[in-house]
Amino acid sequence: MRTLAVIAILLIFGAAKLRFEQRLTEEHRAAYFHGAKLNLDLRQQVGQLGFIAALSGFRALVADVLWIQAHSAWERTEWGRMALLFNTVTALQPRNVMFWDVAGWHMAWNASVAAREDPKQPREALRIKAQREYFQLGRDFYERGIANNPDKYVLHDRLALLLRDKLDDHCGAAKEYDLAAQFKDAPEYEKRFAAYELSYCEGHERDAYERLLALYKIGEHEWLPTLLKRLDYLQQKLNVPPEQRVYIPPEKSP
Amino acid sequence: MTATAHKFFSPARIGAIASNTLLELVRLKVFYFLLIFALIMIGSSAFMVRFTFAEQFQVLKDVSLGAMSIFTWLLSVLATAMLLPKDIEDRTLYTILAKPVPRLEYLLGKLIGVLLLLLVSTLVMSAMFAIALYLRQQTVIAETMRTTPPEQVAEAIRNIKASTFTINLVPGVITIYLKAALFASLTLFISTYASSWIFTILISVAVYIIGHLQSTARDYWLASGDAGALTKIFLAIVSLIFPDLQLFNLIDDIVAGNAIAMAMFLKTCGLGVLYACIYLLVAYFVFANKEL
Repeated sequence: MRTLAVIAILLIFGAAKLRFEQRLTEEHRAAYFHGAKLNLDLRQQVGQLGFIAALSGFRALVADVLWIQAHSAWERTEWGRMALLFNTVTALQPRNVMFWDVAGWHMAWNASVAAREDPKQPREALRIKAQREYFQLGRDFYERGIANNPDKYVLHDRLALLLRDKLDDHCGAAKEYDLAAQFKDAPEYEKRFAAYELSYCEGHERDAYERLLALYKIGEHEWLPTLLKRLDYLQQKLNVPPEQRVYIPPEKSP
Repeated sequence: MTATAHKFFSPARIGAIASNTLLELVRLKVFYFLLIFALIMIGSSAFMVRFTFAEQFQVLKDVSLGAMSIFTWLLSVLATAMLLPKDIEDRTLYTILAKPVPRLEYLLGKLIGVLLLLLVSTLVMSAMFAIALYLRQQTVIAETMRTTPPEQVAEAIRNIKASTFTINLVPGVITIYLKAALFASLTLFISTYASSWIFTILISVAVYIIGHLQSTARDYWLASGDAGALTKIFLAIVSLIFPDLQLFNLIDDIVAGNAIAMAMFLKTCGLGVLYACIYLLVAYFVFANKEL
């Protein structure tokens, strides 16, 4: 009888708190808490013990252990294993920008160079192919990181850098720098870099020129060598009439 | 000699029971857990020297706060599970209840004793965590000043400081304490039923695991249209009876850089306090009618 009464009390309390708990969970999720998807794929990657630990509220600890393993894999230059471990770490801690950032960097910068200079692969075409696959892996980490962290600018900046330096996609880089610049805590250079990249983007020269001109007009502290160089280039490319061209001091001219 | 009237509810009596409970628990050497915590923390700092400073701070925070979470939970379950069986074994329980001490006061005193122990433990662990983080920060700053060009030093130091101490760590630590307090109350409730402390601990561990899956069960229950009747009943029972412990797992995301809104934090705290009160209430309900 007493047991039944206790169960009844718990059920009544449970019914009363249910809506509140559900609403609070939704609020937490809206604030990007509890974003990890603990599914069967992850279970296979982290093992049973790791999965139970992750389920029991120790996701961050499991992620850190795997991160240290990835670091060791890096020292042994095991790029494939690193990619697998990074996938697991980022699945466990999708809100940790640092994990996405470093994972993307390792793939696009370190692993790609190692693949390009792989002494075991005599065929250059295959080395280039492997290199491009690592670029794409890096890009994939950044894009998934952005999808999981839409409130942070850092990964837009990193993706822009990858598009600019590795994939030669200046239009894409300009777009990413623009997206980064929209965040309040983003550094000022994001805006400038967006304009620089746009100046390399076919068909967007006019827009780039106007942006660079606007930056130029802010003041002398914005007259950085790259800005002046790109402005000079666009003035010539767009055939800006001489009287409308901005004056670039000879000592500042690149 | 004048006889003072017996009060139905006396904070002084509760205080006496709570302080005795705290003393008993300290004598049980449960504080040795803190030593293990310290060793884990120091150990984790030692092998991170090859990482970047952001990685070092990340791992140090994760390991330290994870250890705090594990040890406060373990402490709450182990300390509470042993309270009633030990009092029965020592016959202390009969001595206390033979006096005009209501059973609610007895339970409340016991719970407050455990909560005080948890509070002291959490504060000591937080202090050790802060010291470890500060020492690591100073090491990284010294290294940065040595290796960074002078014009970039100020910004580098600003970045390092921003990566170490953030105000959001405070609500994170408070939710760790709240979760442990919730478990102390829950374990007290289970121990009013249980015949041995091992049974109490096992059930508490099971509740811990199920509690972390409660939100998954609730989501599935509320969304499932085509699930069978038995499945729905099972999911409903899990959702209604067990606490949603994921709501108190904020620290993983806080360390990752998430900020927690004050309103959301207060609601989470309110839920934790409510759970602790309900479990105390049902514990009293069982204990009040228990034949000793």
